[in-house]
Amino acid sequence: MQTNVLEYLEQTVQRVPDKTAFADDHTSLTFSELSKNARAIGSALAEDGLYGEPVVVFMEKSPAAINAFFGVLYGGCYYVPLDVEMPAFRIEMILEQLKPRAVICDATTKPLLSQFGCTAKSYLFDEMIETAEDAEALSRIRAKQLDIDPIYIVFTSGSTGVPKGILACHRSVIDYIENLSETLGFGEDTVFGNQTPLYFDACLKELYPTLKFGATTYLIPKQCFSFPITLVEYLNTHKINTICWVVSALTMISATGTFKTVRPETLHTIAFGSEVFPVKQFRMWREVLPDAKFTNLYGPTEATGMSCYYHVEREFGETEAIPIGKPFRNTGILLLDEENHEAKFGEPGEICIRGTCLTMGYFGQPDKTAEVFTENPLQTRFPELIYRTGDIAHYNADGDLVFVSRKDYQIKHMGHRIELGEIEINCGLYDGVEAVGCIYDKAKSKIVLFYTGDVEKPALAAYLKQRLPRYMQPNLIRKLDEMPHTPNGKLDRKALKEIYDHA
Amino acid sequence: MITHKYRNYVMEETMMSETYETLVGILKDLHEDVDFETCETLIDDKILDSFDIITVITEISNEFDVAIPADKIIPENFNSAKALAALIESLEED
Repeated sequence: MQTNVLEYLEQTVQRVPDKTAFADDHTSLTFSELSKNARAIGSALAEDGLYGEPVVVFMEKSPAAINAFFGVLYGGCYYVPLDVEMPAFRIEMILEQLKPRAVICDATTKPLLSQFGCTAKSYLFDEMIETAEDAEALSRIRAKQLDIDPIYIVFTSGSTGVPKGILACHRSVIDYIENLSETLGFGEDTVFGNQTPLYFDACLKELYPTLKFGATTYLIPKQCFSFPITLVEYLNTHKINTICWVVSALTMISATGTFKTVRPETLHTIAFGSEVFPVKQFRMWREVLPDAKFTNLYGPTEATGMSCYYHVEREFGETEAIPIGKPFRNTGILLLDEENHEAKFGEPGEICIRGTCLTMGYFGQPDKTAEVFTENPLQTRFPELIYRTGDIAHYNADGDLVFVSRKDYQIKHMGHRIELGEIEINCGLYDGVEAVGCIYDKAKSKIVLFYTGDVEKPALAAYLKQRLPRYMQPNLIRKLDEMPHTPNGKLDRKALKEIYDHA
Repeated sequence: MITHKYRNYVMEETMMSETYETLVGILKDLHEDVDFETCETLIDDKILDSFDIITVITEISNEFDVAIPADKIIPENFNSAKALAALIESLEED
């Protein structure tokens, strides 16, 4: 039985050592290079006595950064990807939570590290891969490792203003990769075109199937996603046949009439998720690629990657929503109503997930973890955890799950999961701001921020850029004379919505 | 004859600046802290990212009733408000 994700790499490197595993515009790594480098990095960490602890990978998105992840795993540690473009304040907050002893950098990021007041030892990727392999240490580490040991921590938006680090273990990732690969039909001939950043669990879809099958992943340059013709040409040039993208990246291509100029020639598998795919746009894709497989994916980071899938095989009306479908094999979904009973068929309920896919919770935050990882109320005879997603859904006549809404103020914006509360708290910290309220215009994909106080908008916008990642920046800032409140003194978001609609 | 021509010219000038001003308003809403009237490296300096471009294209189609075709979505047309305004005007003429 497989107990470690590195077994994927170890089997594949025997079979296709010289095949390209990961590539971007500047560099590429074959499976044998990947394996050699990862073992060297693991040996370097072992030499310094690091084990079973978080190791931060603070590198530009590149094949090398991915290689560093696997190196951390060889060292029996778990990786924490940090993005170079994250605002310094957020990086400091994450480092403060982790208190790591080791950070792996590249030449660009190493000089930046000192400004974060980080006392960890910093390693240069290029130097680490020169370390002589200590095979004995690596096998000693492997012998100690269990499949319930963590692989990574990814940080997600937190409503209290502090990002939450979600830990996942080998067993959950293996379970996910096996079932996702079967569902989407990945194989050795799969050529992935990666869009999602490496600091979210979304990139699991490409990283581990690439190791498992000896497939190839191209990291598509970020700027391509601004220019649709360049993007489709990139897919064709690299013979990319499989993409798992956020919906907005797909609709950017279809809505601008790109297909009149250039069509994807090799693409046959398209997965999308975390947002509604407008049916009008979907039809344009289907028309250009009638034989391709289109799959809607759904899942929270707390349940390791994705939990449900729906192959779009029938026609949809323009106002109809594409379902999120059924759970992957070995994943269970409960729909619970407000009384913790199973929602009646067709009635809305909160999506709760059970299975090996459940992550280990939030790093260093037992209270937050206990709030949403709870005992299964439908089965009380022995301990069994479920994860409460906060997503409301119902079953349609076909028995497929259909997403309805959120229980709270968490939103999905351009594929990113954001707590409006985190934006409000950060805005409220700016000197002079008195009251803050955030709403989301779903139809136009806009985060709208309202505030009161003697503060100029440009100064506030500049401040927020230092505090929040780019995807959390408000798309519209409006100053009000007075913040609307409900009779019991809470922020009145409905009134804000009205102010916004009538502007 | 001359007066008439002149009046047309003035009207066109006014319309041009209106397009430009509306556009700068759209851009300013997205990034209050950026000086869109002088910046000519909106793409090169990553001030506008792919999500911004999507938003701007949508707003332009709502505001001016022109659809920017894919072959016009290139860095040169998005590096400055001036270039983008010129693109909108050329599309409005078609």
